[in-house]
Amino acid sequence: MEVDCTKYLSLAGFEPLVVTPETNFVNIGERTNVTGSRKFLRLIKENKYSQALEVAREQVEGGAQIIDVNMDEGMIDGAAAMTRFLNLIAAEPDIAKLPIMIDSSKWEILEAGLKVVQGKSIVNSISLKEGEDVFVAQAKKIKRYGAAVIIMAFDEKGQADSLERRIEICERSYKILVDQLQFLPQDIIFDPNIFPVATGMEEHRRNALDFFKATAWIRKNLPYAHVSGGVSNVSFSFRGNNIVREAMHSAFLYHAIQHGMTMGIVNPSMLEIYDQIPKDLLDLVEDVLLDRKEDATDRLLDYAEQIKGQSKSVEKTVQKWRNEDLQTRITHSLVKGIDEFIEIDAEEARKSVDKPIQVIEGHLMNGMNLVGDLFGSGKMFLPQVVKSARVMKKAVAYLLPYIEQEKDGLSKSAGKILLATVKGDVHDIGKNIVGVVLGCNNYEIIDLGVMVPPEKIIETAIEQQVDIIGLSGLITPSLDEMVFLAKQMKKIKLEIPLLIGGATTSRAHTAVKIDTEYNHSVVHVNDASRAVTVAGNLLQKETKTAYMDTIKKDYEQFRINYAKRTKSKEYISLELARDRKFSIDWKQEDIATPNQLGVQIIESLDLKELLPFIDWSPFFRSWDLHGKYPEILTDEVVGSQAQELFQDASVLLNRIVDEKLLKAKAVFGLFPANSTGDDIELYADESRESPIATFITLRQQLKKSQGKPQFALADFIAPKSLSVADYMGGFCVSTGFGTQQLAEEFEKNNDDYNSIMIKALADRLAEAFAEYLHKKVRTEYWGYASNEKLTNQELIKESYRGIRPAPGYPACPDHLEKNTLWELLKVQENIGVVLTDSLAMWPAASVSGYYFAHPQARYFGLGKISKDQLVSYHKRRNISLESAEKWLAPNLNE
Amino acid sequence: MTLNEAIQNRTLVLDGAMGTMLQGYSFSEDDFRGSRFKNHPVPLQGNNDLLSLTQPQAIRDIHIAYLEAGADILETNTFSSTSIAMADYQMEGLVYELNYESAKIAKEASEMYTLKTPQKPRFVAGSIGPTNKTASMSPDVNDPGYRAITFDELVASYREQVEGLLDGGVDALLVETVFDTLNAKAALYAIDEVKEERKIETPVMVSGTITDASGRTLSGQTVEAFFISISHISLFSVGLNCALGADQLKPYIQRLSRVANVYTSAHPNAGLPNEFGEYEQTPEEMRALIAPYLEENLVNIIGGCCGTNPEHIKQIVEETLKYRPRIPEKSNQL
Repeated sequence: MEVDCTKYLSLAGFEPLVVTPETNFVNIGERTNVTGSRKFLRLIKENKYSQALEVAREQVEGGAQIIDVNMDEGMIDGAAAMTRFLNLIAAEPDIAKLPIMIDSSKWEILEAGLKVVQGKSIVNSISLKEGEDVFVAQAKKIKRYGAAVIIMAFDEKGQADSLERRIEICERSYKILVDQLQFLPQDIIFDPNIFPVATGMEEHRRNALDFFKATAWIRKNLPYAHVSGGVSNVSFSFRGNNIVREAMHSAFLYHAIQHGMTMGIVNPSMLEIYDQIPKDLLDLVEDVLLDRKEDATDRLLDYAEQIKGQSKSVEKTVQKWRNEDLQTRITHSLVKGIDEFIEIDAEEARKSVDKPIQVIEGHLMNGMNLVGDLFGSGKMFLPQVVKSARVMKKAVAYLLPYIEQEKDGLSKSAGKILLATVKGDVHDIGKNIVGVVLGCNNYEIIDLGVMVPPEKIIETAIEQQVDIIGLSGLITPSLDEMVFLAKQMKKIKLEIPLLIGGATTSRAHTAVKIDTEYNHSVVHVNDASRAVTVAGNLLQKETKTAYMDTIKKDYEQFRINYAKRTKSKEYISLELARDRKFSIDWKQEDIATPNQLGVQIIESLDLKELLPFIDWSPFFRSWDLHGKYPEILTDEVVGSQAQELFQDASVLLNRIVDEKLLKAKAVFGLFPANSTGDDIELYADESRESPIATFITLRQQLKKSQGKPQFALADFIAPKSLSVADYMGGFCVSTGFGTQQLAEEFEKNNDDYNSIMIKALADRLAEAFAEYLHKKVRTEYWGYASNEKLTNQELIKESYRGIRPAPGYPACPDHLEKNTLWELLKVQENIGVVLTDSLAMWPAASVSGYYFAHPQARYFGLGKISKDQLVSYHKRRNISLESAEKWLAPNLNE
Repeated sequence: MTLNEAIQNRTLVLDGAMGTMLQGYSFSEDDFRGSRFKNHPVPLQGNNDLLSLTQPQAIRDIHIAYLEAGADILETNTFSSTSIAMADYQMEGLVYELNYESAKIAKEASEMYTLKTPQKPRFVAGSIGPTNKTASMSPDVNDPGYRAITFDELVASYREQVEGLLDGGVDALLVETVFDTLNAKAALYAIDEVKEERKIETPVMVSGTITDASGRTLSGQTVEAFFISISHISLFSVGLNCALGADQLKPYIQRLSRVANVYTSAHPNAGLPNEFGEYEQTPEEMRALIAPYLEENLVNIIGGCCGTNPEHIKQIVEETLKYRPRIPEKSNQL
């Protein structure tokens, strides 16, 4: 066939993509697909489009050449979501440079997509399924909109499942398109259906082979047309066995490309390198794909069974990389996070250079630069980077004595960054991760730790001439601390950029409250991986001024929008809100009398008891790995990382349990109680005379739709006026005792990875303890649910009767309630958990809260409250209005 | 002789600026209104396309001046004659008439000159501007997902313009000053529909705009991506115009010429404007900058955009006579 090169498939985003005979294979990114990615689906459902864009960006960085976008989900308005997402992509040059594949089984969604892309995209897909008339009408429109098209091998009779049917349908489609509609033949891409093999069904044996043959036939007989397909289908029967799946994908691709497949939807992280597939496995896989042996399926299944659960690192390969040259070995250790050989290699490197500092500047930095690049392009994940840092630190620690001997200056860092968790706050996992990641990128980190007073931050910043100050905080009072610090810095005219991070911080708070108090740059950094870019932008001479300007302007604009937005919400008066309270029809049978009233203490619980109660999903989140446990372990993108992290966590957790490294303590109490308005009075005994404590609850004031109640926690306790005997409880648990010592020990050994790990695990254990204790209370101490049988998953979903809201969290954001709780339960005296100035609990791995047992008690978010409630609150709390304002600041509607 | 025949023999010259020429008349608000729009509720000064109805003689004279200078293709005075652009003047209802009349004025003038110089026939291209709204960019920096206009609205608006131009007798349609390819795609969609309904084969020309030294259209595309994105419709020519002078535009014309398997065009500005917004490049200067376009066989159609006048065109015409025309490559070296 004569090749006419005006007939290359040409696509475009901001930039062109031309598929020529030299093009090896066009890789289509498939994570922006709600049917294929749970994460993307969740983001779209929750309207988190900016995060959804990040998914697309990761695809680009991961090497995708076309971005497939699919919004086919019952709960989503697909056409609207397609339009919005593609419109947003158009504003992101680094994503919009690629052509789009508009993917849907619904014509209206395809057309919605076609109406918003300026480039030349691919429609995925149409077919003869609904007959020739529909097919012709759709193809004609696609041509007029200016897109290439994927044709599914599907017709009125069904999906093509044999070679003959594939040929029949593709040929018929081609003739209609080219002869009847003058559709450019190079703009036609056939998807001749990739179906699973090795399913055990006789009729599936030729699935792969027929695909290959159909591909070859199309390329030979339908000039200029292309062939594509979704590769992961082929290994469907081996879900959960990534070694076999990856081998199958690459072997399939290898043969498909040989037969003329030009593009496909492939997850690059689920692809082994063809040449690196073990010979025995490759033979078995190819026997199946090419249907070469009668018992091919059985033999591959046997093999799969053998290697099940095996991770990819094989002992044999260790020796192999140890034979490489020195730099390769050091880089390998850093990238893979292996600390076993780093000192030997560092020593060898030291002997090979004039000055020991050159090892750091040369060998080690070369390796770390690669780590930085891989992380930046999404090919490494956070836990891996932290491991790399551990190896780096170990090497540096080894070299340090030699360097000091030489009295040699340390290598020049990219900049000095001071990090601190602000006064009154004790949470530092996120801050430590940021520190490690920045450290990996050659920044010198001065970490002042937790509960750092503002004077100390400023003093150190000046003394050490730092380039950036990073502040972290998890509890809401920390927000005020940050504002205060910004004001102080402005007062003495400091010109050091401020980074703001931590769970409670937000772009909104940073823009509206902090940025306005400081003349210099303030940047909110929401995750560790962004910290490097931001620090780089702030310090690089060439970009610095422009970047700072942009940020200031961004925040300025944000404030303008924010001002507009808050106005649109409507709040009702406290009086009216109280009228619309959540009314319970109080019946004595809904109220259980606790089996045991008063305060009780658990001195030391066996940690083993807590293991079944651990909710692992937040643990992965703290390492920037997003997904639900246990599915995350088999996630296509982060699965192997998650498994590795989980393994490391299990090792440490077992040690903690076996060696009793942490102490689990709890105090809790159950009391007679009644509500008076929005307050709850607790009594020492059934006489219910004078209250021993009063909890002050806050009521929702954001106007709700007709008939919906305005909640306050007090609504869940029977009013005093009804003379119904009701009860409530309070608790504090901690598994934090021992954490600090362990973390320090790890740090001493330059093991940031485990230092962060121990804190993350302690946090999980504390949450597990809260869950465990709540169950004990429900089934024994209070005993209203003695027959309760719930699985761990149901516990995590909290599908039981009663709630345990915590002060400082959405239902009761008022941290001052902790003082009342501490006094009531004598928490500090009984178990030693103390409250800081900002009312954070120390040790950090602690959880406190109330118990409500009414069947209708439920969680809610308070939202914002108005001035009238603030006034009422300051009188009830008996504190000044200013003080009330300060503590409730994040919840005030201005 | 058809446009397609003419272009095989020589490099065709497109006319120069309309707006710059009209400035010379210093028309007042009353002149713009004429008697017909005396009581129109909004100011009309600056609505140049309206002059085809209220000052047709001036439009005719400018066309004739360009024909006299030797231009082969006239552009109709319809750059903003869409319901979207005319909404500013509350003249959406006049769109068909504006296009029809403008086409007629240009066509009559060109036919007169075709009669005068039968060996050098003249043609009329219906000018289809970008409108003042963009379909793939948000006018609101805080809401990048927002769009002020939809594809469907653009198609409907362009349809109306195309009908008027075709009924007025244009020889070709020129979708020009494309700064958002999605707008251009909507224009092409409308053109394709109308052509199919009328069963006609009117040549379609497209000319994009590279806004600055980034080498991209305002909506972000490279020259190559722009060409690919409009190639689904059978094109007579593709080119670039406006925003840049001939010297700054040249590298992009080179790139386009290399990939385009159709005729190519360029109508650059008379240099870049000075701080008062005036174009200072002289006809001789511009001619010297255009010469390499011809020498290197980059274009089949050459003309002028903002700041050019009949003298510029005359100089360009003379220069074209020295070279053989470009033959579009069959191969496409993207």
